[in-house]
Amino acid sequence: MYDIVIIGAGITGAMLSWKLSRYRLKIAVLEKENDIAEGATMANSAIVHTGYDPEDGTLKAELNVKGAQQYEQICAQLHCAYKTVGAYIAACGAEEEEQLAVLAARADARGIPYRMLSRDEAIAEEPNLSEQVTRVLDFYTTAVIYPWEVADACMETACGNGAKLYLNAPCCGITKDSDGFTVETPAGSFRTRYIINAAGVHAEQIHNMVAKADWHATPRKGEYYVLDQDAQPIRHIIFPVPSKEKGKGVLAIPTVYGNTLIGPNSDFLDDPDDNGTTVDGLAYVRANISKTLQNIPLNRSIRTFAGIRPTTTCPDFIVTELPDVPHFIDAVSIESPGLASSPAIADKVIAILAESLTLTENPDAVMTRKAPVVLAALSDAERSALIAENPAYGRIICRCEKISEGEIVDCIRKPCGARTVKGVKKRVRPGMGRCQGGFCEPKVVHILARELGISPLEVVYDSPKSNILESDNRI
Amino acid sequence: MKRVQAIIIGGGSAGLSAAVTLKKNGISDVLVIEKDEEPGGILEQCIHNGFGLQTFKEQLSGPAYAERFLRMAEEENVKILCNTTVTKLTPDKIVEYVNAEEGVVQVQADAVILAVGCYERPRGGININGTRPAGVYTAGQAQRYLNIDGYLVGKRVFILGSGDIGLIMARRMTLEGAKVVGVAEIMPYSNGLPRNMKQCLEDFDIPLYLSHTVTKVFGKDRLEKIEVVAVDENKNPIADSEQYFDVDTLLLSCGLIPENHLAEQAGVRLDPSTKGPFVDDRYMTEAEGIFACGNGLHVHDLVDYVSLQAARAAEGAASYLKNGKPQGEPRRIVSGNQVSYCVPSKFYPADPVEKLTVYFRVRTPMDSGTLVIRCGDQVIRKVKKRKLLPSVMEEAVLLRKDMTDLKDDLTIEIVEG
Repeated sequence: MYDIVIIGAGITGAMLSWKLSRYRLKIAVLEKENDIAEGATMANSAIVHTGYDPEDGTLKAELNVKGAQQYEQICAQLHCAYKTVGAYIAACGAEEEEQLAVLAARADARGIPYRMLSRDEAIAEEPNLSEQVTRVLDFYTTAVIYPWEVADACMETACGNGAKLYLNAPCCGITKDSDGFTVETPAGSFRTRYIINAAGVHAEQIHNMVAKADWHATPRKGEYYVLDQDAQPIRHIIFPVPSKEKGKGVLAIPTVYGNTLIGPNSDFLDDPDDNGTTVDGLAYVRANISKTLQNIPLNRSIRTFAGIRPTTTCPDFIVTELPDVPHFIDAVSIESPGLASSPAIADKVIAILAESLTLTENPDAVMTRKAPVVLAALSDAERSALIAENPAYGRIICRCEKISEGEIVDCIRKPCGARTVKGVKKRVRPGMGRCQGGFCEPKVVHILARELGISPLEVVYDSPKSNILESDNRI
Repeated sequence: MKRVQAIIIGGGSAGLSAAVTLKKNGISDVLVIEKDEEPGGILEQCIHNGFGLQTFKEQLSGPAYAERFLRMAEEENVKILCNTTVTKLTPDKIVEYVNAEEGVVQVQADAVILAVGCYERPRGGININGTRPAGVYTAGQAQRYLNIDGYLVGKRVFILGSGDIGLIMARRMTLEGAKVVGVAEIMPYSNGLPRNMKQCLEDFDIPLYLSHTVTKVFGKDRLEKIEVVAVDENKNPIADSEQYFDVDTLLLSCGLIPENHLAEQAGVRLDPSTKGPFVDDRYMTEAEGIFACGNGLHVHDLVDYVSLQAARAAEGAASYLKNGKPQGEPRRIVSGNQVSYCVPSKFYPADPVEKLTVYFRVRTPMDSGTLVIRCGDQVIRKVKKRKLLPSVMEEAVLLRKDMTDLKDDLTIEIVEG
């Protein structure tokens, strides 16, 4: 019997399992995909919004501010990248400048630091701002992270404290009886006292297994370009002034490792798993980025992708215990700023749990993880010392991102480690660079095969059926 | 810090040729740095023949061609450091490399030759929409899986782009038992060498769809289907021309891009039309003492030219090490009518080389045309040319007397007739 089953290992589920892992609890995390962080956590703008945007009085406003305040500390504790780049809200004309004043007033009320920049001051920092930009509101504490790195670090640490992660375990049925729930999955049945629904775009299905939801999933797709590291048109995140109709609009985002994201659009979807890019979606991105920026080298794009936001008919986050189904807690409708809010969403879920569950701290819980070796972050002497100890750190596998065999092996061997080519790419980034794995993927396939003790034919890109090689043609 | 006369970054066809030539020109202290397990570069996976017709007057496979140069390098006692990746290059020619044996090492070079090669344009650099399943590879990646590792990547294959690697892979995968259902080329003409069109597609009845491209891929796990459309003269999709092919594999042969991250790090200026460094008639980049050659300079269609130009770059580097920079100020070599780029793009009228071969490509196919080399209005040479194709590199030859004391830039162009 588990105390808690968390359905979904995106940032919401991963952050919650990490925070819960400090208590004496039996926790299982059920993930329907072949890796953690495969849905909205995999494909989003990667921004820790400070919390100026959500309307007053919403859960979003409360949890965004509280979540963002924790992030830097969490990233330091879990050895994750956290880069404060600042966010420029670029107003074009008098009407939009009035909107900046509204945002500034909200920021004042919420204790979020900012400064107002004239066009000239902003241009001095960001020469590619468009001609139309007249004034800029700079939220200079805004940071970018690698969302799946945080989810991975949380999951790894939670599992170190005894949480169990089950991959390829989609929840296909829930039954309730007097002492709890039974969750059915192809990976087995799970008896549990509590269920947390953190299933992202599929949360409505899960909810409907125990009670009819009074909200509906309305997933929305957002498409992005990724630009080469050598093309860095911006240093800050550049937002247009947000609007009710268009949300946060099309942004330019400098990522942790020096690439630039341009996007997203926002289109409602029929199929919550349709993460394909579209002609119209990317055309919208191209057309709309020109409102705030010029000279964006979209010809330096190395990848395009689409992410799906778990939007619902409820405009706010829903973090609540179902009134008719005690011990079933929804953490759903977590669209933007869900990533920034996730630490506070976890806190809120834990507060709900604490009303009926005794949470006893486990003195043996370790709330940090072993710092991963990141060669690029070390001095020459440190790198040499490490290579002398383990020569695999001296064999560079990914020449674009300069990732060594040692780092790849580490990310496979660690708890909740990579099992797939995309899993390796997510964790240590071979294939994220300009050649997109053209050179390193064959090497990564061999390292995975060797480390997992399987044939290269069994190595998959992502899902269990996404094999990379078809047949062994050696004579 | 250790000091080396000349460091060559890359031990492929360009790097090996440059190393041998440096030695033959009296430069004794040469170090080649190669990231892979053995030297030879991309030749090692090019097991088809057709290499060496110019250099050795015979048809060799890629590995055999590399072997010839390796033997010469051995005879010249060239030091090759394998499994070693260069991680940094500074404008004052400090080379930082890393390997398992030595860790992180910095070496001061008197001259550096970049022989770094190129990479294949990935899917993200082409407008292919849809999902991101397994089964989409660059042609060279599939070639490596097959020819080095021994694995076939799929059974039903479509190829986008009629570049030579794509054509070679169409034949290779067919011979290994895959069904290649077609090749699409966005241009109205093929981008591969004529001999590859014949031997790799026609001889195997593989259809070529000119003025077509792949616009979308389908499949959640592994590729299931692709959408192919016809395009107009501006490469825009033509409405209602969609065709669908059920394939598990899509190979991309959509162009090679010189790899110049290190060059940019060293402050070397790149030519936007080649994506390689601007070089002078000695193959020196705009950073003093840093030279460039091979596919990292501009993408060649024959390895023989890679070897040849790398030898010229090595002669340039040897001359620089002995005599320093050329005399006087350089003049430009400008791409004129119908010429998409020229390499080298500079020469020294006060100190010209004995003979300068300028390599160029035409913008569009032409049955015939006249190559004109001129300085302002003064025509230096006119040469009739037949069957000019963008896929075939052309040459313009200049002798010392042609260049001596010219007062203006040189223009290379193709005119009708």
